[in-house]
Amino acid sequence: MKTGKNKRTMKNKQKSIWVFGDYRNYYQNRVTLQLISKAVDLARVVDAEVCAVVFGHNVEEWIMEYTAHGADRVLAIDHPSLTSYSTENYLALIEKLARQRDPDIILIGATDFGREFAPRLAKRLKTGLSADCVGLDIAPEGLLVQIAPSFGGHMLAEIVTEKHRPQMATVRPGTFKEIPHNYERTAIVERLSLPANLPASRVRVVEYERAAQKGHTIENAMVIVCGGRGMGNKNNFKKLNELARLLNGDVGATRPVVYAGWADHDALVGQAGKHIKPKILFSFGISGAIQHTAGLGEANFIVAINKNPQATMMKIADVAIAADASDLLNNLIKELKKRIRE
Amino acid sequence: MLNIVVCIKQVPMVTELPWDEKTGTLRRDLAAGMMNPACKRAVEAALQIKEKQGASITVMTMGPPAAEEVLREALAMGADRGIFICDPILAGSDTYATSFILAAAIQKEASGCDLILCGAYTSDSETAQVGPQLAEELNIPAAAYAEHLDISGRILRVRRLVDNFRETLEMEFPALVTISMERYEPRYASFAGLNKAFMETDIPVLNAEALGITAANLEARGSRTKVRRVFIRKTQKENVMITGAAAIAAGEFLDRYQRAISAVIGKSIEAEKQA
Repeated sequence: MKTGKNKRTMKNKQKSIWVFGDYRNYYQNRVTLQLISKAVDLARVVDAEVCAVVFGHNVEEWIMEYTAHGADRVLAIDHPSLTSYSTENYLALIEKLARQRDPDIILIGATDFGREFAPRLAKRLKTGLSADCVGLDIAPEGLLVQIAPSFGGHMLAEIVTEKHRPQMATVRPGTFKEIPHNYERTAIVERLSLPANLPASRVRVVEYERAAQKGHTIENAMVIVCGGRGMGNKNNFKKLNELARLLNGDVGATRPVVYAGWADHDALVGQAGKHIKPKILFSFGISGAIQHTAGLGEANFIVAINKNPQATMMKIADVAIAADASDLLNNLIKELKKRIRE
Repeated sequence: MLNIVVCIKQVPMVTELPWDEKTGTLRRDLAAGMMNPACKRAVEAALQIKEKQGASITVMTMGPPAAEEVLREALAMGADRGIFICDPILAGSDTYATSFILAAAIQKEASGCDLILCGAYTSDSETAQVGPQLAEELNIPAAAYAEHLDISGRILRVRRLVDNFRETLEMEFPALVTISMERYEPRYASFAGLNKAFMETDIPVLNAEALGITAANLEARGSRTKVRRVFIRKTQKENVMITGAAAIAAGEFLDRYQRAISAVIGKSIEAEKQA
């Protein structure tokens, strides 16, 4: 009888996949919803529940959204002292919950916040973390396979956390598609109170305000002309501005180009820079390291120009023009000037 | 006087690393190394503090023997002391293990330091995890992606822009900050500085044993993650290839796509029909 009961308890220990509720910039940043969607897929394979965890003040809206987008359970702590994001406060709260409830997996959006928060949580829970994943899967034996950029971005690596739990990953926004909302859905919502013995944050927030929005930004440009080191030098690179002007577009740049001082950091497109979604993207002399291509997820139509037809960028393009980037650029500008009628 | 530790990393100079598509092995031997750009800005931030109020700057790195040169470069820029952690048994450490090892070195060689600076991320792996995890190891307050530091007595003020929010944070020393690529444009090392750093300065090398790290330690506090396999991303697009002389290729491209482009940019680039 005793064994039977133990077995049942074991069986009843529901596995849980947690998604951290990162709701800042909610309307632009849907990464939490995208992660809930992926967690629903994973949960089916490993027979787990999907649990969203949210901290803040006046979080009812997020509880409703996470439920509508697929969470089975929401753990919420709502308190005026949690009004602004605080890494240390949120760490103390989630660490405590994770120790009590022992989730199998924790997924966190690779926002600036998430990328600071997740490594510290992983350290506290003494477990592994992979950064900025572009894919998640379950291996035959049940482990979470975390697919992350590796080796300077040219390769993807399959990473697993074999022995330690939870298995943790941060995931780049835009990697997965959210499930359309269904406001009829219900979830188990646990509204938890702020623990009384919460240590005071050693980091005080002196100022906290939304940065002024610029009007036109590269993030909402319809046409973007991006250049890489294949442009050869700064003067050649500058000519991309002319093509951008002719096509009513903006100029973007890869990391080596920004580091070389050919373009401002503002123009950086990729993992550490801007994520762009143009209708047409021109890619001049860019090899296609994943740190760059990570920012191109939503580009509609890609035209790559590179003298190396084997470059990654040429393979992921809709149109690949095998030519010297600078040479082709000059000819394209010349040809366009002949054709344009305002 | 403030004691500052700057943790830096050597990264490959090119992002286009040569690799063998068949075996998935990387020819790291073909790539020259350099100081990671964000780490260089962290060194610059430390130097500016030193100039303003006086500080002793220790630079520290872990890596293969060749990585020592980034310490010499930082010394040439104006850092005071270099510490090199080098041991084959530490190779292949993930961020969990790396932060443990760096913490052990700081506790041994720079115990009681006030401020630890790191680059916000490296250009080779970009996990941005080591800084925050090192703060956890040392159990000190921290802020990532700092754009500006202000020090007043024992209070550190950090300005940063994260997720489109402008934040000013305040914490007491000891603290850890990771420096973003926005400000602290690094200075060049002077020739005299380089000469001195490379010819005259001794940099102590610490192996695992010197740090009190044993195989058993590494089992308990070492890497949590394991790389199972690496591969190249595949794509399924139509992938039209245009070749030929640049002038002809440019024309051919526009002939094929002029209508689609015109529709997007709201002005016509369609060639006049030949009469």
